[in-house]
Amino acid sequence: MDEARLECGLILLALVFAIGLLFPWRAEAGEPDYRLAPRQVAPDTWVFVGATEDFSPRNGGNIVNTGFIVTPAGVLVIDTGPSLLYGRQMRQAIARVTDRPVVQVINTHHHPDHFFGNQAFPGLPILALPETVRGETAEGGAFADNMYRMNGDWMKDTEPLAAGPAPVPDRLELGGHRLEFLRLAGHTDGDLALFDRTTGVLFAGDLVFHDRAPTTAHAHIRRWLDSLAYLAGLPFRVLVPGHGMPSQDALPIAQTRDYLTWLDASLRQSVEEGRDMADMLRDPIPARFDGLALVRKEYPRSVSHLAPRFERAVLEGVRP
Amino acid sequence: MPQSLRLGAAVMLYALALVARAGDVAPDPLNSSRWHDVRRALFPGQPVRFDSRVEVTAPATAEDSLNVPVSVRVTGGLEARRILVFAEMNPIVPVLEFEPLRVSPYLSFRMKLQQASPIRAAVLDAGGAWHVGSAWVDAAGGGCTAPGSGRAAPDWQEHLNEVQSRFWSHPQGEDRLRLRISHPMDTGLAASIPAFFLQELVLTDETGAPYLRLKVHEPVSQNPVFSFDIPAEMRAGHRLRLTGVDNGGNRLDRVLE
Ligand SMILES: [Zn+2]
Repeated sequence: MDEARLECGLILLALVFAIGLLFPWRAEAGEPDYRLAPRQVAPDTWVFVGATEDFSPRNGGNIVNTGFIVTPAGVLVIDTGPSLLYGRQMRQAIARVTDRPVVQVINTHHHPDHFFGNQAFPGLPILALPETVRGETAEGGAFADNMYRMNGDWMKDTEPLAAGPAPVPDRLELGGHRLEFLRLAGHTDGDLALFDRTTGVLFAGDLVFHDRAPTTAHAHIRRWLDSLAYLAGLPFRVLVPGHGMPSQDALPIAQTRDYLTWLDASLRQSVEEGRDMADMLRDPIPARFDGLALVRKEYPRSVSHLAPRFERAVLEGVRP
Repeated sequence: MPQSLRLGAAVMLYALALVARAGDVAPDPLNSSRWHDVRRALFPGQPVRFDSRVEVTAPATAEDSLNVPVSVRVTGGLEARRILVFAEMNPIVPVLEFEPLRVSPYLSFRMKLQQASPIRAAVLDAGGAWHVGSAWVDAAGGGCTAPGSGRAAPDWQEHLNEVQSRFWSHPQGEDRLRLRISHPMDTGLAASIPAFFLQELVLTDETGAPYLRLKVHEPVSQNPVFSFDIPAEMRAGHRLRLTGVDNGGNRLDRVLE
């Protein structure tokens, strides 16, 4: 009789264990887990690398790279991810690396996957360019609708919290790290890149994509190409793109430049020849871009973003 | 007859019966829940069939739901008297009606889409039958994506009904005409903004003989852009003129250079 009871108990225990394996997040009060694992890319410098995917209920919006720099004067956080939950779990992951407090946060630009974790950093200064603060304020609500729809439960309690009001300095010395804030544009109207002269790490934000097709919802391609030319001239040792793997060479810059140059020229030429957006949607994408994740989804999106602007210029007889 | 064979025959018969029934009521290749209601409302008692010669091109996802690019091309010698474009999941179903009198059965434009929907083009042939082509467009989605926002220019009234146009000559014997008309195209669905939209456009020659007629409905995008293809021999020696009117009675009249 006792044996039978023991057996029952063991089976029950095994069941509980199996359920625990199947649904690991159930252990933490029903919260999903981004399983954020920082990768060290240089001394004091860590990156959380997101998936090169679209937003989905599976990835919870973790399609983005964020990072942090640990200094004796505290931790600097670069971008806060797609949700409040991500921001919180990011802080927990940082706390596993260092017991120094977060003292400074920056938003590289106003896209939701880069700033929707701001709520997890209450009371801390969040630096962003004025264009970014404007975009976060004006479009945050519409972004939130989209993010809840596409990512589901992971977004729980997330509200867009705009950066500011502190102005962005040109330079900052933080615990022995000489940091330069680069005011650029082109992916959006305000793209802030961060160059750590001390370690040679360049956080490029979404000005640089790596093995992932660039997104163009707010892009101005010629300004973007100018920004890339500027970044290419910096003596960086490690390049952290907004999406895709960090690298030790300038290949992601060349890749982003190549794709944007082709996109711009191809769409302009089509519009100048009187072709319709439907014609452009059917155009082949050159094989050399096959390695860019999501290129078949981003290209039609870019047609929608860019062709109407070019069209208007052609019909009005001015160059955009 | 072995059991399995008898079962197979029964399944075959059932399948045949389904196909026969589908002959009366055309099965929607997109399986939309509203197709049959819309078909009854738009084409009561008229023959309707799906036809691959009616090509509707649209993106799989509406990146900017206020500006979804759509083009319709009728191919394979199907004669097109009228082309009706509609989106059955939209609060306002009809999008436009196009009579390609002396132009090719082709047009492109942009439209507003409230939610995921089929976009259909129904072509009326000379015998009074409708031929339907479709494309499914999903609601906005994706990465790093902004939903469209209505950004009406503050000075739109000064430019109301202004027309910009350009012709492209193509060696294949068709000239492409592209038009942009300044108009807010308000649907009347947004609170406190009454419906205000272009209703009718006619392209004629200098004698007033029409090349095409277009009836426009609310779902056509703000500042509409249209493309048409005109056989070169139809255009040669003529000055083309665009006239039109919106639901507020504002007229447009423009000779196209
Ligand atoms: Zn971005």
